[in-house]
Amino acid sequence: MKIAALFLLLAGWLLVLAAVVLLRTPAPQAAFVLAGLGVEALGVGLLFRSHAAPHGRHE
Amino acid sequence: MNLSPGAVLSESGAVFVTVSILLIPLAMAGLALINSGLGRARNATHMVMASLCVVAVAAGIYFVCGFSFEGVIGGPAHTVSIGGKPWNWLGAQLLFFRGLDLNGSPASLAAWMQLFCVGLAALIPLGAAAERWRLGAICTSTAVLAGITYPLFAHWAWAGGWLAQLGVNYGLGHGFVDAGGSGVIQTVGGLAALSMAWIVGPRRGKYTQEGMPSAIPGHHGVFVIFGCWLAWIGWLGLNSAGAVLFSGLAPARTVLVGVNTTLGAGSAALMTALVTRMRFGRPDASLTANGWVAGLAAGSGGCAFVAPAAAVLTGLIAGLVVPFVIENLELRLAIDDPGGAISVHAVGGIWGLVATGIFGRFPAVIVNNADSLARTPPPGDSGQWVAQIVGVASLLGVVLPLTYGFNWVLNRWSPQRVSAEGERQGLDLHELGAGAYPEFLTHGDEFLQH
Repeated sequence: MKIAALFLLLAGWLLVLAAVVLLRTPAPQAAFVLAGLGVEALGVGLLFRSHAAPHGRHE
Repeated sequence: MNLSPGAVLSESGAVFVTVSILLIPLAMAGLALINSGLGRARNATHMVMASLCVVAVAAGIYFVCGFSFEGVIGGPAHTVSIGGKPWNWLGAQLLFFRGLDLNGSPASLAAWMQLFCVGLAALIPLGAAAERWRLGAICTSTAVLAGITYPLFAHWAWAGGWLAQLGVNYGLGHGFVDAGGSGVIQTVGGLAALSMAWIVGPRRGKYTQEGMPSAIPGHHGVFVIFGCWLAWIGWLGLNSAGAVLFSGLAPARTVLVGVNTTLGAGSAALMTALVTRMRFGRPDASLTANGWVAGLAAGSGGCAFVAPAAAVLTGLIAGLVVPFVIENLELRLAIDDPGGAISVHAVGGIWGLVATGIFGRFPAVIVNNADSLARTPPPGDSGQWVAQIVGVASLLGVVLPLTYGFNWVLNRWSPQRVSAEGERQGLDLHELGAGAYPEFLTHGDEFLQH
């Protein structure tokens, strides 16, 4: 799950880069940049979830 | 070789920047005191000692290779061409500061300032992994941050890298703007803090078998509040020097920087005090201190480019958000962050970058990359917020995976967490052989729920 989360972070960033390079019209460019950030948010969420410690792990 | 970065300074300007840079170590001392005060007495000396080691290692590694990777505005760099546009992605200076004349030029002042800034960024993870992070592992992790992750992003944002060129190359406002380091220092450090909190896990006794967190109070509230005072003074220097060196602000215009820095921190602290007063019946000192530093972290990015009222609004939102993030990280996500570093620096820093895009009003040209000097007509503010979001996305999409990955590997090679016995004994005795307060009776873990 951690690997998938890290890939999501990277994929989101690549989506943002692609939007900057390929799109010239402001509205679609901004939409895709925000979509890339959304993919990254999923990745961060997955990382949080994968690190949810079993209760009392460090008791 | 005489480097020629974008900013041009008069002699009095160089003196002003020198004085501003000299204030930055006070921010480091402030963070060390805050982190020490928010921890238990048994780890107090270890925290301050670790802070000193972090600053030393960060400066050394940055001198060896960090500056080479970061570079300066207009200096040599590795560039690739994508879609016919140059993408400047890594500095190509010589190692060991070779070729850099330490003569008070903007390039030398930038290099000197960065020696402090990288230490400040590397101090941030200490707050999140406090009380269970080995001293040797702290130094190794700091070396990675100072040698790789920090210079990489600092080059992109502060040394004419591709983020700074987004305006010139793609018409996104003035490119990514981060005058005082909301992204370069605060968010880079905050994401390292998040990585370390994940890797070392919560402190022993922090969570019960049922998953309920126990309150582990800090041992010295005065340290924490006094640390905020020192951090404020250090931040005034940091933001002023950064605005002049990396954004080309005239030294006389740093009055706005000082006003905004103070208003941002003050409004954030007041908002946090108000929120905790409403929720808990009285203002919480440690959370209010966190709010103060969050206001500083959030205000750094746009300190030179927002009106004072916008700085107040930025601070108010930072102060409102931080206590809720701290609470949710601890209660819902089982993140044990004794110093609140993730919420204060990562969340505060990201909010500061976004706020710069929303509230920023920029002069005709910002000296954040060499190309902008020759560019006519000057870029407008259109698309600035998109440039800021691209910067945030780069922090989450590159800096976080790199930081997490490197520290994960280090942890596999040699565990970063101290032994259970060492944690119970306290890191002062376990790693340093002496406690901070030997003549005082210190409490054990009797206040924890088991």
